[in-house]
Amino acid sequence: MTALSHAITQDSLTSGRLPKFATPVTAVAAAVVGFALAVLLAGGNLGTAVLIAYVIFLLSMEIAARVVEGPRQAADRRARHLIVGAFLLALLPLGSVVLEVLSKGMGRFDLGFFSQSMRNVVGEGGGAVHAIYGTLYVTGLATLISVPIGLLTAIYLAEYGVRNRLSKAITFFVDVMTGVPSIVAGLFAYALMSLIFGAGSKSGFSGSIALSVLMIPVVVRSSEELLRLVPNELREAAYALGVPKWLTIVKVVLPTAVSGLVSGVILAIARVIGETAPLLIAAGYTTSLNNNPFAGPMMTLPVFVFDCYAHPGTDVQAYLDRAWTGALTLIVIVMLLNLIGRLIARRFAPKTR
Amino acid sequence: MTAKLTSTPTGAAAAPPRPGPDPKRPGEALFRGLATGAGILILVILALVAGFLLIQGSPALFADPAKLASQGYGEFVSWVLPYVWGTVWAALLALLLAVPIAIGIALFISHYAPRRLAQPLGYLIDLLAAVPSVVFGLWGSLVLAPAMLPLFTTLNTHLGFIPLFAGQVSGTGRTILTAAIVLATMVLPIITSLCREVFLQAPRLHEEAALALGATRWEMVKMAVLPFARPGIIAAVMLGLGRALGETMAVTMLLSGSRNLTFELLTSQNPNTIAAVIAQNFPEAFGLKTNQLIAAGLVLFLITLAVNSVARWIVSRRAQYSGAN
Amino acid sequence: MSIKPIAVAALVTAAALAFTGCATNEAGSAGTGTTSGAQTLTGVGASSQKAAQEKWVADFQSKNSSITVNYSPDGSGAGRSAFIAGAAAFAGSDRPLKDEEMGAGKFAGCAADSNALNLPVYISPIAVIYNLEGVTDLALDPATVAGIFAGKITKWNDPAIVATNPGAKLPDTAITAVHRSDDSGTTNNFTDTLNKLAPDVWTEKASDTFPAAFGGEAANGTSGVVQAVTGGTGTIGYADASAAGKLGKASIVVNGKPLQPTAEAAAAILDHSKTVAGRDANDLAYSLDRTSEGVYPAVLVSYAIVCQTYKDPAVGALVKNYVGYLASADGQKAAADAAGSAPLSADLQAKVKTALDSVK
Repeated sequence: MTALSHAITQDSLTSGRLPKFATPVTAVAAAVVGFALAVLLAGGNLGTAVLIAYVIFLLSMEIAARVVEGPRQAADRRARHLIVGAFLLALLPLGSVVLEVLSKGMGRFDLGFFSQSMRNVVGEGGGAVHAIYGTLYVTGLATLISVPIGLLTAIYLAEYGVRNRLSKAITFFVDVMTGVPSIVAGLFAYALMSLIFGAGSKSGFSGSIALSVLMIPVVVRSSEELLRLVPNELREAAYALGVPKWLTIVKVVLPTAVSGLVSGVILAIARVIGETAPLLIAAGYTTSLNNNPFAGPMMTLPVFVFDCYAHPGTDVQAYLDRAWTGALTLIVIVMLLNLIGRLIARRFAPKTR
Repeated sequence: MTAKLTSTPTGAAAAPPRPGPDPKRPGEALFRGLATGAGILILVILALVAGFLLIQGSPALFADPAKLASQGYGEFVSWVLPYVWGTVWAALLALLLAVPIAIGIALFISHYAPRRLAQPLGYLIDLLAAVPSVVFGLWGSLVLAPAMLPLFTTLNTHLGFIPLFAGQVSGTGRTILTAAIVLATMVLPIITSLCREVFLQAPRLHEEAALALGATRWEMVKMAVLPFARPGIIAAVMLGLGRALGETMAVTMLLSGSRNLTFELLTSQNPNTIAAVIAQNFPEAFGLKTNQLIAAGLVLFLITLAVNSVARWIVSRRAQYSGAN
Repeated sequence: MSIKPIAVAALVTAAALAFTGCATNEAGSAGTGTTSGAQTLTGVGASSQKAAQEKWVADFQSKNSSITVNYSPDGSGAGRSAFIAGAAAFAGSDRPLKDEEMGAGKFAGCAADSNALNLPVYISPIAVIYNLEGVTDLALDPATVAGIFAGKITKWNDPAIVATNPGAKLPDTAITAVHRSDDSGTTNNFTDTLNKLAPDVWTEKASDTFPAAFGGEAANGTSGVVQAVTGGTGTIGYADASAAGKLGKASIVVNGKPLQPTAEAAAAILDHSKTVAGRDANDLAYSLDRTSEGVYPAVLVSYAIVCQTYKDPAVGALVKNYVGYLASADGQKAAADAAGSAPLSADLQAKVKTALDSVK
């Protein structure tokens, strides 16, 4: 007993560990050395400086941890630094893109942009209301088509047809569908509508079909994975109480997975809402507002942005301003959808943790 | 009372429940039918897309080379080969860059970040998914390409003996390496989002057990989270690969594509991707040229099929964990 | 699925769709095919004409608020295909229909015995744009231009360039020549110019696709080329002169005279060119003569392709009305202001008007 209490002394609990200030101090030191080296070797390039500093930091922490703490702890620290580094690295392009869009897009982010179309507007002025409504109609219809089909298929794959031949075929071909180039989806939708309704039918609905071809695989794959992750115990408990299989799925499995499912749906919407090529071919081009998704070409935001950028008139700046504001609007729409999605998920998920 | 007690056991022994759909529960059959029907509908849609590609592309696939040379873009296989290489090479580079970083970010949000920050941080990365591909094309050519140019020049000057960095450096920076970086940025939120959801679902009991036994956080992740999440990670990577193979707009605007089949990363002569070739040439194409472009789309379809088969084969060699079983 | 989310989703969708959009600048106008009495005219075609078409559509719709004109800049090939299939009432094309594409009864939107007419409506000079530090005026002869884009002249201080620019400080930088990655009428006219004026250097014939053998940097669309030239160092490219922005435009030296890509110099080309032989008197398909004295050679002429007789006389009337405006003096001036094109000469405007008068 006394031997044990002697062993668990203050020293043995804190010895063999790096002090708490080790990480920040090493980081600062590495930054200084890195910047100095960058100035000497690469003319003060910021990117090079950060890279050298990070490498020095990793190396010195690795050596210090190995010497003081041991290989397992060193591996743990290394993993932590790499993971945090990965996150910070991802913030770079994110920050750059968002800053670019914000700084260039705020110029026309005014009431006129959201209440006017481009009918009879040349050069300055005008707005994107026709494109915004077009995007909402087209994406909304696409979601209405894709989510039921995708979710039901995921339910089949995860619950009913596990490991049978049809499931294997569906999973395989859904993966193949993710590789369909977006422009081919547009061509397909245009050809389908031309077959049924005659040559040259461009409509919002045609665009929805093209987007559905792109959305369904994402919904299926992400939903299937999340449904598989619902613990079996929950299902077994429901079956034991005499609940039929379909009711178990609807009332137990789906609510448990709802936050992930909603995330998957939002991901799919974000994936297709910015697609230009298929909508240009299937939904067409117009400068006027069209409230009927089943007749006549319909303008959408990504096509609007591309068109303003690719075909400016002589007053180039006005078109570019509208293009950037259109891009900003798209991002805002998706972020709003994201928020709504998370609220829905929180509302319908079972209260577990 | 006694009659009821004695009759129930005999009743149960006399009439065992028959297998098959229960007529008193039509909801079950209906729901199952709906789910199966949805699955079959997807196969039908895919068959329609494949059929469309075949029908529209076959005139170019079966035309004789002389006709293709005068009315189309030239003999099919030699025309499409550099683009096949470009598509695969760009997607491979993009995934090499994106997958480790995406898994790192997902782990960070699910296991390493402070709990209060986790959701807002996840939201922040989802912001990348909201950016339309046109904007990535613009950002890539306006911001990234000029920024990467000094790095390219340095790599070419000092490491030019490596075949990857050889050749005459592009004067604008719009190379396949830049395109791969932009593709990686586009694919990152998809992989991260799905991986994050999957990591969050890792069984708490296993995690707590590992930590209780004295595992470090990283060991806990290695033992309890990653094996559990493997199918989900593969699914996420497949989704990302699909996006990288099929991305049209950003590559069209950003890449200086040509018909060169090359490994070089820093020059103006980059192998173009199939999606970009279709997008660039479709507006002006007519007749046999249109057929040839759609045949190229069919080739891309087949590439995706091949890559998915290989991935499936690799995954199927180890058993999958599924909560539903 | 549990009932509540579906109900919520259905309610939200219904609410959203019930609240249909309205645009404040469209009060009292037709929109796209919704109100009765509204007419829609569909045109598909070249993106080179897009900026001009935008102005024309805007002016036309302002004067005729019950008509909606949709010009879709899908490309010349797409335009011709749409016109042949009857999906578009008129096409915008960077080249006239070839002899084998013409013929009575080949066009679904035209009457069975009707041929098509090619009417020039848009002329634009193609400028050689460049971005080189410290050099503001550049003069190049056609052989040098051909050499640069063929990849034979690789440095800015090459003797051929120095010869035509004795006063300029040309650095020892590598030349990055930017061409169009997409098929385009601009490339067709540019390669035609180089082939006609410097055939020993530019051995390839005119084509929509820039010859792959000549290398160089590729960019998508006019704005892609302009952006690539602007963002790079020591870059040179070719694009519609009106899109060049602040970039320098090189003069092309023909027979000792440096020619700038101005609207006047470009419009002159049609006065020196002849129409294609063997066609209807009203078919104004030109075969451009780029070697005339004093005429800027690299010019793009874009056409509106219409039917001689339309199946639907209402459509025919709309087309006459609209294309008539395009080719009028007002229309051409409006396009020149908004899109930087070269207006048709009065002579040519009259010829187009005569041709349109014959359209039914």
